[in-house]
Amino acid sequence: MELFNYILTIMPMMLTGLVTTLHMYFWSAIFVIPLAIFFAFLKVSGPRPIRWILNVYTWAWRGTPLLLQLMVAIFGLPTIGINISNKFAVAAVVFCLNNTAYVTEIMRSAIESVDKGQYEACQVLGFSRVWTILRVIIPQSIRIALPPTCSMMINLIKDMALVNIISLMDLTRSAYIISNRDSTISPYVIAFIMFLLITSVLIKLFGVLEKRAMRYD
Amino acid sequence: MSQEVMIKLVDIDKSYGEVQVLKGVNLEVMRGQTISIIGPSGSGKSTLLRCINKLEAINSGYIEIEGITVASANCPDHPMASAAQVKSALGKTGMVFQSFNLFPHMTVMQNLIEAPVHVKKIPKAQAIEIAKEKLAEVGLSDKADAYPSKLSGGQKQRVAIARALAMSPDVILFDEPTSALDPELIGEVLDVIKGLAEQHMTMMVVTHEMGFAKEVSDRVIFMDNCNIVADRPPQEFFSDPDHPRIKAFLDKMLTKHG
Repeated sequence: MELFNYILTIMPMMLTGLVTTLHMYFWSAIFVIPLAIFFAFLKVSGPRPIRWILNVYTWAWRGTPLLLQLMVAIFGLPTIGINISNKFAVAAVVFCLNNTAYVTEIMRSAIESVDKGQYEACQVLGFSRVWTILRVIIPQSIRIALPPTCSMMINLIKDMALVNIISLMDLTRSAYIISNRDSTISPYVIAFIMFLLITSVLIKLFGVLEKRAMRYD
Repeated sequence: MSQEVMIKLVDIDKSYGEVQVLKGVNLEVMRGQTISIIGPSGSGKSTLLRCINKLEAINSGYIEIEGITVASANCPDHPMASAAQVKSALGKTGMVFQSFNLFPHMTVMQNLIEAPVHVKKIPKAQAIEIAKEKLAEVGLSDKADAYPSKLSGGQKQRVAIARALAMSPDVILFDEPTSALDPELIGEVLDVIKGLAEQHMTMMVVTHEMGFAKEVSDRVIFMDNCNIVADRPPQEFFSDPDHPRIKAFLDKMLTKHG
C-alpha cells in the first residue's frame, strides 16, 4: 500500500515525462516515412546531382553517432553563429533526419528488389516513368520495406532518451531524477513499463499496416 | 487477307557488348498474320521481339510499325519518327511475357483498367466494360476481383493476355507465353491465342510448342545463330525441313516431347 501511494505521488511527474517523450517522438517520426519514400524515389530515378547529394546524406547520417549529431546541432552550431533558440525543434529535426537516412536506404533497396518484369510491363503498357514508380513500384516496395521500417520506428522511440542533452524532462530523465532524489528503483520500473507499452502499440500499429499490405498475397 | 505490312525490320543488328544476338535480320509481318518464332535457345528469338517494342535498343538497322519508324540506328535514310509518333505506334503493340508480370498489388480488374484509364484516358466506366469483355474472352469473368496470387499460372497468363487486349492493340508480341507453365496448363493459354488467331489478330509468338506452331500459325520462322534461317508456311516447314540445323532442332524437340 505504501508503495502504491508512493507511485501515485511520482506518477504526475512520470506522466509529464511520458508526454514530453511522446511529443518529441511525434515530431521526430511523423515526417520520416513520407520523406524516406520521396528520397528513395529520387535516389532511384532522380537527376544525377540530386542522387549524389542524397548518397552523401545517407552516408554521413548513417555513418556517425546520433549523440554526436545532436551535440553538433545543439552546441556546435551556435559557435559558428547558427543559434536556433528552439532546442526542441532542433533535436526533433536531428532525430528525423537521422532516422530518415536509414529508412531511405530501406526503401531504396525495397524499390530495387521489385522484379524488373514489372517495369517492362509498365513500359509496354505505355506508363510514364513517374507513373510506373508511383503506381506500381512504390506500393510493392512499401510492403517489402514495412518490417525493417517498423524496427527503425521502434528504435527511434528509444533514441528519445538522448534528449537528455537539451535538459528536456523526458521519461528517462524524469525517472533518473526521481530515483536519485528518493533512492528507489520504482521510477525506472515505471519508465520500463511505459516504454514497453509505447513500443507494443507501435508494433501493433505496424502489424495492422503489414496485414493490410499483405492482403494481396 | 490484305497484304498490308504491319511490322517491318530491316538489317537489324543487336549485340550485348561483345556478344552478337541479331545479325542483319530482315522481316515483314503482314496485318492479320500469326507468326511462330522457334529455334534453339540463345538464337535471338526473344531479343527480336523485344527490339520491336523497344524493350531493347538496336545497334543497327531500322524498325517500322504501321509505317512509322520507331527505332533506327546507323540508318540516316530512315530517321526515327517524332517522339509523339513513336509513342503512338508503340501504343499499338501489346506484349505478353513468359513470367506474366501482372501487378500483384492490384486485382485482376485493376490490372486491366490501369493502362486504358491512365494512358489512353478512357473513362473508367467504359474501361471496366471493355475489361469485362476481354475477361469473358479469356474465360475468366469470375476472377475480376481476385488478386493475381490467387490464380493458377494458366489463369495469370490469360489475365495478362486480357490486359494486353484491353489496350486494343493492332499486334501482340508473345514472349514464350507458356514456358513458365505446368504442362497441364499450357493448353488453356494456347486455346486463347488460337482464338485470337481465328479473329485475325496480328501476333508474333516465340514458342517451344511445335504443335501450336504447326496448327495455328500462318508462318513459321526458324532462328539460329542470330538470324532467320527459314520463314515458311507451317505445313512446308514441318514436312520438309530443308536445312540440316532445322532438322536437328526438330528431331531434338520431338525426342524431348515424344
